[in-house]
Amino acid sequence: MSKNYYQQEIETMSAEEMRKLQSEKLVKQVKHVYENVPYYRNLMDEKGVTPDDIKGIEDLHKLPFLTKADLRDAYPYGLLAKPLEECVRIQSTSGTTGRRVVAFYTQNDVNLWEDCCARAIVAAGGTNKDVCQVAYGYGLFTGGPGLNGGSHKVGCLTLPMSSGNTERQIQFMTDLSATILCCTPSYAAYIGETLKEQGYKPEDIPLKAGIFGAEPWTEEMRRNIEETLGIKAYDIYGLTETSGPGVAFECEEQTGMHVNEDHFYAEIIDPETGEVLPEGSKGELVFTSLDKEAFPLLRYRTRDICVLSRKKCSCGRTLVKMAKPMGRTDDMLIIRGVNVFPSQIETVLLKEGYEPNYQIVVDRVKNNDTFEVNVEMTNEKFTDKLSEIIAMEKSLANAMKTMLGINPSVHLLAPKSIARSEGKAVRVVDKRKLV
Amino acid sequence: MAIKQLTVYVQNKKGSMAALTDVLAKNGVNIRALSIAETEDFGLLRIIVNDETAATKILEENGYLIKVIDVVGVKIGDKPGALTAALSVLDKADVNVEYLYAFMARTEKHAYVVLRVEDNAKAEAVLEGSGLHLITSADICKL
Repeated sequence: MSKNYYQQEIETMSAEEMRKLQSEKLVKQVKHVYENVPYYRNLMDEKGVTPDDIKGIEDLHKLPFLTKADLRDAYPYGLLAKPLEECVRIQSTSGTTGRRVVAFYTQNDVNLWEDCCARAIVAAGGTNKDVCQVAYGYGLFTGGPGLNGGSHKVGCLTLPMSSGNTERQIQFMTDLSATILCCTPSYAAYIGETLKEQGYKPEDIPLKAGIFGAEPWTEEMRRNIEETLGIKAYDIYGLTETSGPGVAFECEEQTGMHVNEDHFYAEIIDPETGEVLPEGSKGELVFTSLDKEAFPLLRYRTRDICVLSRKKCSCGRTLVKMAKPMGRTDDMLIIRGVNVFPSQIETVLLKEGYEPNYQIVVDRVKNNDTFEVNVEMTNEKFTDKLSEIIAMEKSLANAMKTMLGINPSVHLLAPKSIARSEGKAVRVVDKRKLV
Repeated sequence: MAIKQLTVYVQNKKGSMAALTDVLAKNGVNIRALSIAETEDFGLLRIIVNDETAATKILEENGYLIKVIDVVGVKIGDKPGALTAALSVLDKADVNVEYLYAFMARTEKHAYVVLRVEDNAKAEAVLEGSGLHLITSADICKL
């Protein structure tokens, strides 16, 4: 196997050296946060922990956790650790109940994030001879900007396509011989299907690799994409709260993602007790940003259920590996790469004058997520005019799109046709088989 | 003058219509006219019955979503062009028709048209003004 590293010294560092590096960074980072983030200082004070108690990674477990609820409470500046004058960027997620997660970056933060993405691209075989087509969304979503920056660092000719407009994607891909494609796996599958329909055989497609993430996908879907596009498909993991894509990335072995643990320290905890679990245990994934300056989250609970492994990897990297997340400890759904919480649907329904009784049905048809929301018609809104009812469905779908960023198809059903809570309400029917 | 129309929300799935008509039948409600508009998800059943008060009560008790509205009924000749003539009257008076349905008389050489319009009073006035006969719920029950 070829040994392609972007930052070899870090990526192949011995476990001992890595631990030393992480320890030094953590001690510094805890001081930085304690001095500059009153919100977290209060959490530490409540727990009776001071920066002096943290002498190395072995003391990390003493620190309090941060959750999505903390991010909401502290919105927008409460977890900011640098003056705004030193920040150069924000990125954001769609947020629960209308409140988004806003993450801040200094120039150093952007650099380290892009380094992480560069490691992913190089691990997928990328060099300055490659043409990298970035078909993740650009904007507040971290996908586009992250891979774009990583691609620059590697020196690839970067095609900043953003998502959508498949005809144009295909035109650029074929005319300019794109060799690496970065997007969500479902969009990669869709591009593949479209190319196939247009008569392209895998050997006619210039691509050699793809870096796909931001939504759950299966091994079967991977093989499918690899066959249709004639490429090797690599997984990538990340979240806006820590930086974006590139927190972990896959190598040629395709047996889990190497965590960039010099920047993001990973722990697995018991989601009930908060206790740290030994390597190989299944539990909730928790990240500590060791280097982030502007938005340095310590012990952030991702809600992703995961397993870590330090088994030797044939690629030579010593970075700890995380399995594909196996589920969530909360009710968050990832639909077409977007985080969706059922509570967001509820908020829209109440605002629009509907009963908060609904059912979300998610499926995957031809590798694309379908997203339907069943809602009950109300007495007040009922009319004998079909056109008005269809307009109501459309306007409800629009309100949900504004909240979530993706468009559901809304069905207004007869009253009482969706089971009530006392009758064990099933709010989410996820028919996708992803694990 | 008007006719009472019941609109009932029916899920578009196997057996839902039969369940509804069964409820009406068991309570002695006779359907005199019927029309349905449907989508993939649901149907809007519009009916004129012999006793709308009883029908409304029964359906509501059985959990159906119902809306009772006034529609306009008009008697037209059973011959080509009769419907066009009636609709032209409304068109000239700028009365917009949302939807309509029609049924035949059993004995007379006539047809009856039920019209859903925005302005019932205006529609009735211009139809009568053109010499057409309006019909009421009572007329329909006697048919």
